[in-house]
Amino acid sequence: MPNLDSILIHFSPELVLALGALVVLLYDIAIRGRDGRQAQLTLVALVLALGATFWLWGQPPLAIFEARGAAGGAVVRPGAFISDGYTHFFRLIGLLTTLLVVLSGMVYLRGRTPFKGEFYALLLCAVMAMNLMAGANDLIVVALAIEFLSITSYVLTAFLRSDPASIEAGLKYFLYGSVTSAAMLFGISLIYGVAGTTSLTPAYAPEAMRTVAGVLAEHDTIAVAGLESVLLPAIMLVLAGVGFKIALVPFHQWSPDAYEGAPTPVTAFLSVGPKAAGFAVLLRLMTRVFGDSGLMSGWMGMIGLIAILTMVLGNIAALTQSNVKRLMAYSSIAQAGYMLVGLAAYGQGQLAGLDPLGSTLLFLLAYIFTNLGAFAIIIAIDHAAGSSELEAFSGLMKRSPFLAIALAVFLFSLIGIPPLSGFVGKFAVFGSAVAAGQIPLAVIGVLTGVISVVYYFRILREAFFGQPVEGAGRLTVAPSLTFVVAVALVMTFAIGLAPGAFVDMANQAAALIAPAGEMLAGH
Amino acid sequence: MPAIPVWWYLMVATGLFSIGLYATLTRRNAVNVLMGVELMLNAVNLNAVALWRYASPTVSATVDGQSVQLLSTLDGQVFAIFVIALAAAEAAVGLALIIAVYRSRRTVELEQLDMLQG
Repeated sequence: MPNLDSILIHFSPELVLALGALVVLLYDIAIRGRDGRQAQLTLVALVLALGATFWLWGQPPLAIFEARGAAGGAVVRPGAFISDGYTHFFRLIGLLTTLLVVLSGMVYLRGRTPFKGEFYALLLCAVMAMNLMAGANDLIVVALAIEFLSITSYVLTAFLRSDPASIEAGLKYFLYGSVTSAAMLFGISLIYGVAGTTSLTPAYAPEAMRTVAGVLAEHDTIAVAGLESVLLPAIMLVLAGVGFKIALVPFHQWSPDAYEGAPTPVTAFLSVGPKAAGFAVLLRLMTRVFGDSGLMSGWMGMIGLIAILTMVLGNIAALTQSNVKRLMAYSSIAQAGYMLVGLAAYGQGQLAGLDPLGSTLLFLLAYIFTNLGAFAIIIAIDHAAGSSELEAFSGLMKRSPFLAIALAVFLFSLIGIPPLSGFVGKFAVFGSAVAAGQIPLAVIGVLTGVISVVYYFRILREAFFGQPVEGAGRLTVAPSLTFVVAVALVMTFAIGLAPGAFVDMANQAAALIAPAGEMLAGH
Repeated sequence: MPAIPVWWYLMVATGLFSIGLYATLTRRNAVNVLMGVELMLNAVNLNAVALWRYASPTVSATVDGQSVQLLSTLDGQVFAIFVIALAAAEAAVGLALIIAVYRSRRTVELEQLDMLQG
């Protein structure tokens, strides 16, 4: 049994974030409502957590397991949290996302809410929840981390209390979220009954322990005889909870409303953060936990179907939107559908040098920078005009050529035009689908991608050929926001032009969630 | 093993869950939807505790010279306690949101919350 210190260092990013949230709150009390530097403190906490993550990357992975010897028999179970390269990958994504969101939103928030301390503390808690989702290896931890992220997201969505749209968005998000999470918890309770344990996988620990993965792969017997029949419905209920976080069709109805009503920096956060964390849980569950079981083939059909529905509905519904935040909600639903194609192609042959799951991770990596860059520009326009309707984008080229051209780059990347990062992402997931023999998935993905050109170009037409509304002069942008756009531009081109390093990173993370059976066989 | 089969518990829990789900899908008042969610979460608790009693691995131990079987884990119980805490947190945030909506709109009927549409 390792000592406590050696376990706690593996939680250092989360500890830094928790401490950061407390410091921001205390600072907020200490300055008594005066305009303070809460955002800067938040940035410090995020940078320190990033540093801790990079440091942990060089350390051996967390390998705790409990061995409690009762009289006569020992109960061995794996740790409830895995801190390995896969977790670090998602920690990195979560922390970078929030860093960019804080930088692009700090000026926007300054005049809009007097409760900045609470806002940034909640944001830090949300990142912590995302990190916990990424490493969760126990059904209870999975459920609690998802709920933690959900509850902080509800409050962040409804944060502008004087704005009726914001509160309405928060309530709708809450009502959808609480129902799907209750369904997920019900599913988890049934899986617990089948397995007799909530531990998911035998991570880095001896084989002699009971896990959900072991029961599903029939290394272990079912705990309550006759309960096998509830397993499939139970897993579908869990999928509903995770699908809600990612906004997969048919669990997506909350997202257009929540995205439109939420403060724009929160919309930017929701369009990336919870999606990434949801994928972290989904991929780990699907491969390491359910991967060895005979259920796998049935699964992939269902994942493929959800991917098709998500791509088609997201892209078609986006066509008729007049509000850019709402349009980006449907766009991000469609993008999540593309990411899911990588998972649907899993386990049936692969593209040279790229794991299908690696293609999903690569797409995610490309998506966060592109989407956050686009959202930084939406934040700038919303901040100046107080509106995110399509008309607010009119004449952006005349008002700020830099932002207009950057917006064009980000939207081209979301369409998937080479040599931008979105092309690499799409090439990877659709290439994996073709290599796995899932041709229809790739064809539908490419066709729906063509549809997406229409609505992305509607924004660009306004920006480049529209006339600025009366009195709208040059758009002045905060330096922090310009910085975010610049970083996003650099990353969009970097992933597009030199994907090698990012492919390696995604592959290495994906290799860690190979099915448990393969892991054990390798020992 | 206890005299009552595990199925009975599961049927009660599933019934409770279904009633809650029905309420969330049909009720038009936000408070009623929240009540439906609470029913669903209580069904989870019932399931977790009942299944814990049946599903936990047992270990042999000697108590006062007699050999007895003890349940070796507390997963289900712990799960139920967390779900209770979680239901409380969810209710707190949910009611706060409902009150905030009521203050700005003077209604919590979901059909009248139609600012965001498209």
